[in-house]
Amino acid sequence: MNFDAKFAAKKFNSVGTRPVRPDGVDKVTGRARYGADFNMPGQLAGAVLRSPHAHAKIKKIDVSKAEKLKGVKAVITADDLPDLTDGDSGLYNILDNCMARGRALYDGHAVAAVAAIDARTAREALKRIKVTYQVLPHVTDVDEAVAPGAPLVHEDVFTSGIDPRPKKPSNVAKRSEYGHGDVEKGFKQADFIVERRYRTEQTHQGYIEPHACVASFNADGTADMWVCTQGHFVFRQTCADLLGIDVSKLRVTSSEIGGGFGGKTHVWIEPVALALSRKAGRPVKLVMPREDVFRASGPTSATSIDVRICARKDGTITAAQADLRYSCGPYRDMWAELGAMTSFACYDLANVKSVGHEVLVNRPKTAAYRAPSAPMAAFAVESAIDELAHEIGMDPVEFRIKNAAKEGTKSSYGPVYGPIGIGPTLDAARDHPHMAAALGKNQGRGMACGFWFNFGGQTCTDLNIGLDGTVTLAVGTVDVGGARASLSLVAAEELGISYDEVKAVVADTSTLGYNDMTDGSRGTFSSSMATISAARNAIGVMKERAAAMWDIPVEDVVWEDGHAKATGAGHGNLPPLSLKEIAAAAPKTGGPIAGHSELVADGAGVSFATHICDVEVDPDTGATKVLRYTVIQDAGKAVHPDYVEGQYQGGAAQGIGWALNEEYIYGKDGRLQNPGFLDYRIPVCSDLPMIDTQILEIPNPNHPYGVRGVGETSIVPPLAAIANAVSNAVGVRLAHIPMSPPRILAALDTKKKD
Amino acid sequence: MVEVTLWGSVGSAAGGNKQVEVEAKNIRELFAKLAAEYPGLEPLIDNGIAVAIDGVIYRDTWSKELPEDAEIVLLPRLAGG
Amino acid sequence: MTAIAVSTTINGDDIEVLCQTEETLLDVLRDRLGLTGAKEGCGTGDCGACSVIVDGRLVCACLVLGAEAEGRRIETIEGMAKGDELHPLQSSFLEHAALQCGVCTPGFLIAAKDLLERNPDPSEEEIRFALAGNLCRCTGYDKIVRAVQDAATVMKGG
Repeated sequence: MNFDAKFAAKKFNSVGTRPVRPDGVDKVTGRARYGADFNMPGQLAGAVLRSPHAHAKIKKIDVSKAEKLKGVKAVITADDLPDLTDGDSGLYNILDNCMARGRALYDGHAVAAVAAIDARTAREALKRIKVTYQVLPHVTDVDEAVAPGAPLVHEDVFTSGIDPRPKKPSNVAKRSEYGHGDVEKGFKQADFIVERRYRTEQTHQGYIEPHACVASFNADGTADMWVCTQGHFVFRQTCADLLGIDVSKLRVTSSEIGGGFGGKTHVWIEPVALALSRKAGRPVKLVMPREDVFRASGPTSATSIDVRICARKDGTITAAQADLRYSCGPYRDMWAELGAMTSFACYDLANVKSVGHEVLVNRPKTAAYRAPSAPMAAFAVESAIDELAHEIGMDPVEFRIKNAAKEGTKSSYGPVYGPIGIGPTLDAARDHPHMAAALGKNQGRGMACGFWFNFGGQTCTDLNIGLDGTVTLAVGTVDVGGARASLSLVAAEELGISYDEVKAVVADTSTLGYNDMTDGSRGTFSSSMATISAARNAIGVMKERAAAMWDIPVEDVVWEDGHAKATGAGHGNLPPLSLKEIAAAAPKTGGPIAGHSELVADGAGVSFATHICDVEVDPDTGATKVLRYTVIQDAGKAVHPDYVEGQYQGGAAQGIGWALNEEYIYGKDGRLQNPGFLDYRIPVCSDLPMIDTQILEIPNPNHPYGVRGVGETSIVPPLAAIANAVSNAVGVRLAHIPMSPPRILAALDTKKKD
Repeated sequence: MVEVTLWGSVGSAAGGNKQVEVEAKNIRELFAKLAAEYPGLEPLIDNGIAVAIDGVIYRDTWSKELPEDAEIVLLPRLAGG
Repeated sequence: MTAIAVSTTINGDDIEVLCQTEETLLDVLRDRLGLTGAKEGCGTGDCGACSVIVDGRLVCACLVLGAEAEGRRIETIEGMAKGDELHPLQSSFLEHAALQCGVCTPGFLIAAKDLLERNPDPSEEEIRFALAGNLCRCTGYDKIVRAVQDAATVMKGG
């Protein structure tokens, strides 16, 4: 595809406006269909049996009594999901997580599943399955897991990334190191040092819609699945691989999605539903109860991070070092590595070193949560930066401005930065009216920066022009928060027509080419790039049609304001042809008019944000009230400003919950004690103030409209911004997230004793 | 000629963090030469790796041209949420 | 296993439906009557995504038994618009972009409707506390509160 993705400044007519979204009426009337809102004729009710033990050998599963129960049509265990992974360890881990193969690795690990004629029978069938467990020692805490003598999650894991390879197995699956310069030398040059351990507890993405799917495995070897997902093409590939189906024979339709934030980028119950349907010979609807969502989908890492940063008295940071331990659940992944990469990304450092350790624990498999691994590292580093500024006697914003990365800085994770936005967001924060608001008793202000990579990826769109000149845009990136509106604006902009004449839909896996998931802040970025490409291709076709209608060479036709115009000598009398007129003549001039695009969107560009918040802490109860919150982030170009603001506000709210209340609480028995929204407390409406947003627009040179990804970065600064605000309010440094009332009261007690 | 930094888990797979010079016009050539020199990189390259060219992170698209004297950093394939 | 016959009124229509003893009103609405606007987010009354009005009272449908609908008047999101005329709250949510994924939106609309019927001129604090029983994970509630404030003004004739 010869598509030039370079930014070209232009005056926008549609992009940057705020129309009502095309899927809006369905959503406010209850007509929109989410994962559990779909049914197939003859469908069965599915249910999953889960291990009550944090770690146990599965000696035997006796399903005979369940199979005999009237109304039960299929019972499956790992035996019904043969290993087709052919040495692909990542795929094998997915298979094992969907249904335990011989060993339950966490409280909630699936061990069997049933399909029955109704929910009551399915529940009864689960009770009749007899599992014989041999309970094994478990470990759930990230620091306990790395201590010598810790129970091993796997007996055969030897830390990779260490040379020579360790002789003894451990729970540290991988070590990765980033940085440059000489930190020891840097520490010797400093006048002030801050050194501290920070901890963050495990949290969940907390989407309100539980995982749900309806799967139908047909007698001819084809299969259909309706599912809420962030990536139906990825789900199709994974399910096809695990069940041994040809990819083209499995048709996956993405429902509307009720939140994902990374938690719906992995399969959890979908292969199980397909396996049940295959065995039962009927469609199976499988919905995860809320308790199962907490116990057995994909929460974040819990972390323990040691940070050492030092600076000269003029405020120049001379060295920065972080040692990070991230829990990954029972299967290794790259969470610690991402933490190590993002730790110091905001700063221009001569000497920096970050080392990540991926730690196995008997907890559910860790999945991505909006800028995965970055919020925890930012919490540790931005807290230390604040402490250091305080030691030196410098204003925290000025201290960051002095050390901020800029174009030409060698980043701590390797590449040299091109033009980036951290300077502008810090300047905007320094000058923001929020900084001038008065603070009262028990109140404190905090600020922090955050960084995230954004992605591009494989993207297809189809743009079809109807006989009446209205446009259907089929995209393959799942719409998690209003992207159909943004993409319609982009199509309207490029074609020169009005937003109301474009209708965007999300296609299924059989009606569009492969699309990567909606993750990595890539939905609007990638699909808008493909939409522009498809629109330009359609314009190319329309110029040819106009040339044919006028009987002039196509080189003499230009496209302007939604019309084909004849240029050049002798054509001055030809009135412009509108898109509508060209569309109406299509049957005679060559048939249907369309533009397609299949590309790898790239150059998404990294993204920076600065947040400011004010809190008030009640010294008697330890409760924290957020008084004021401001998000400043660079969007490149805000296609639909309402939805960009929405991403900023939503990410901030999740970060606030993470900072103040949310955590997974495990008992000594290794069981999750709070798998529900009552005791896993996410922010409610009365917890938050209005969240102010400031959208900076520094165009991304690698996108025609300058668009950058925006969805994730806003969750990175809040943990530290709140921690800095609370620490300032109470006069004690809080280093353990969440800063729930008991932790704050304990810190206040310690301060009283000093 | 481009300068390639192999860092983090990519560096470990190549026997330790390092910086090397490679003669390559596009990503495909780059991968072929690196895999030949450092066989430990092959599985990472097969599974997907991110390529930062002069500071901008790209996917591993084979045809992507590498500008002369570009600074290349190979990074593990990133996950998002 | 004898199903219970329930006679009830839903959005003004007289309905007869069979349900099992342990089925909730939410199960009946979604699985028996095809009214999937009310969502199951938790099944334990913590998230408010299943909010409906029963005899003029805001409840979580997951905490009401199907059998308890007997003889009662149920209002769901499907009855909020009048034909193709949206309720001012529905229009306001759209104009203010007060939804992202939209799964919590039906619950919020029902709860906000209940609030404005009881208190047509609520302060921001009153709105926030009245909606504290509805969880939203996407928006941070900012645009939701603004939408309710705007709808209140419209409904007062402003």
